[in-house]
Amino acid sequence: MRPFDYQQAQGTAAALALAAQHLAPPGEERILAPAQYLAGGTNLLDLMKIGVAHPPALINITALRQDHGRIETDASGLRLGALARMAEAAEHPAVLRDYPAIAQSLQLAASQQLRNMATLGGNVLQRTRCNYFRDPSWQACNKRVPGTGCAAMAGVNRRLAVLGVSEHCIAHYPGDFANVLAALGAEVEILSSDGTARRIAFEELHRLPGDAPHIDTNLRPGELIISFRVPAGPWTRRSLYLKIRDRESYDFAQASAVVALDLQDGVVREARVGLGGLVAKPWRSHEAEAALRGRKLDQASAQASADAAFQGAVTHGENAFKPELGRRTLVRALLQAAAMET
Amino acid sequence: MDVLLKVNGTEHRLAVDVRTTLLDALRERLELTGTKKGCDLGQCGACTVLLDGMRVLSCFTLAVAAQEAEITTIEGLAGENKPLHPMQKAFLEQDAYQCGYCTPGQILSAIACVQEGHANSADQIREYMSGNLCRCAAYPKIVAAVQQAKLLMEGP
Ligand SMILES: Cc1cc2nc3c(=O)[nH]c(=O)nc-3n(C[C@H](O)[C@H](O)[C@H](O)COP(=O)(O)OP(=O)(O)OC[C@H]3O[C@@H](n4cnc5c(N)ncnc54)[C@H](O)[C@@H]3O)c2cc1C
Ligand code: SF4
Ligand code: FES
Ligand code: FES
Repeated sequence: MRPFDYQQAQGTAAALALAAQHLAPPGEERILAPAQYLAGGTNLLDLMKIGVAHPPALINITALRQDHGRIETDASGLRLGALARMAEAAEHPAVLRDYPAIAQSLQLAASQQLRNMATLGGNVLQRTRCNYFRDPSWQACNKRVPGTGCAAMAGVNRRLAVLGVSEHCIAHYPGDFANVLAALGAEVEILSSDGTARRIAFEELHRLPGDAPHIDTNLRPGELIISFRVPAGPWTRRSLYLKIRDRESYDFAQASAVVALDLQDGVVREARVGLGGLVAKPWRSHEAEAALRGRKLDQASAQASADAAFQGAVTHGENAFKPELGRRTLVRALLQAAAMET
Repeated sequence: MDVLLKVNGTEHRLAVDVRTTLLDALRERLELTGTKKGCDLGQCGACTVLLDGMRVLSCFTLAVAAQEAEITTIEGLAGENKPLHPMQKAFLEQDAYQCGYCTPGQILSAIACVQEGHANSADQIREYMSGNLCRCAAYPKIVAAVQQAKLLMEGP
């Protein structure tokens, strides 16, 4: 690990000011890694230890829990502070009752030790687990070093993505919770280094790889995520997260599905569908939702929805099994959600 | 950097490189080698310690960031010549290890698992202990030990 400058921010304004001191010159900010906020550290320290990340400065933001660690609900929806820990959100009574898909996506992620450390903000920003990205002894990785190529295309890629990929990168977004935020139409609240706030749709936070896979998100350097807002809706109670893994517990998803349904007499009034484990960024499938609207939820409509979700899938050898795994995961999730008692 | 660590009820002042993890500070500087280094990458659970009673991974915690907390390691569960913690006793009685390398992490994780209320069935114990890998696969006996200790920890 390379040495770094370490600072502990006592509050939000201090954290933003410290980050602003380390901003790189315009144009280079995304290549020269600027100062990084240290939340739980479970992804950042990992990447620093394996030589993938070498930020010049770390700003510890755990003290910002005071300001941004709360979980609140009201009639308009759920507000999750970005500094709340995964374990707290996973067991929050209102989340369990009204947004079961969110609770499940967190309960099924990582281990209890990691969930006690990791924050919701850090969780959504975790980077891909692509083996070549995580091992600097491989030269070709456009995400780690722009312009070097992609070793995964013809290599070990059974964990990697089939939706949203480009000819420059087929990395998967590995997280669980973010897929639920995308599916439920959440918004992210962001503070920039001068303290001004902006809100964007969660679906707009992450970027597709395109020809710049080294840029994961639309956050600007120094920006701080302070919360996620999930709108209420008649579909959130009938919601679930189904995660399929190589190991039964403590593993990343090979495929996962988020389903939230508003049913009347078995007919879909409104649906929210997300996918994980095989997507390039947190994924909402508007196509899968459209295929369900107004139809009775049964095996046939679930299959039609899954077919629509994977229309654009692109595979690369080893991961050719993933579209079918993804379709079956979504079909099962839809039928399970339809059978839920709410 | 100068840091002040509160480990098992004792304060230790030491100068560390900013990169030092809590795991390395415990093992290399304070000679508390009960906490084990397995993967050093957050994957195995061998380095589990309690921070203010909460189980965390010491390999992903910077020593400088652990200064405010009360840190409990395996050495802090029972003083010398004092009775063992019920979880330590249960691991002995159930023979819940072979080589013992994962055991300190298992025991601290298991204590937290019971205290969190996540030890209500064998299935739940397996799920909430899944962050502690055991290369010797003593898993069935670990589950039995957690169940035994839970009864004692929670009283009649
Ligand atoms: C063995 C293992 C298994 C795992 N399994 C899973 C799994 O199954 N599912 C899953 O979803 N995840 C899994 N994870 C990933 C884990 O959930 C993430 O590492 C964790 O959620 C990151 O949160 P953190 O607070 O520790 O982030 P950090 O490591 O502190 O930060 C990550 C990044 O986000 C930035 N950041 C953090 N907070 C903010 C903020 N508020 N505003 C702006 N930037 C911020 C940091 O600067 C850094 O770049 C696993 C990790 C490990 C090590
Ligand atoms: S898939 Fe993306 S992250 Fe993996 S090697 Fe290719 S460019 Fe790098
Ligand atoms: S040494 Fe920390 S999890 Fe393996
Ligand atoms: S007893 Fe040997 S690793 Fe668990």
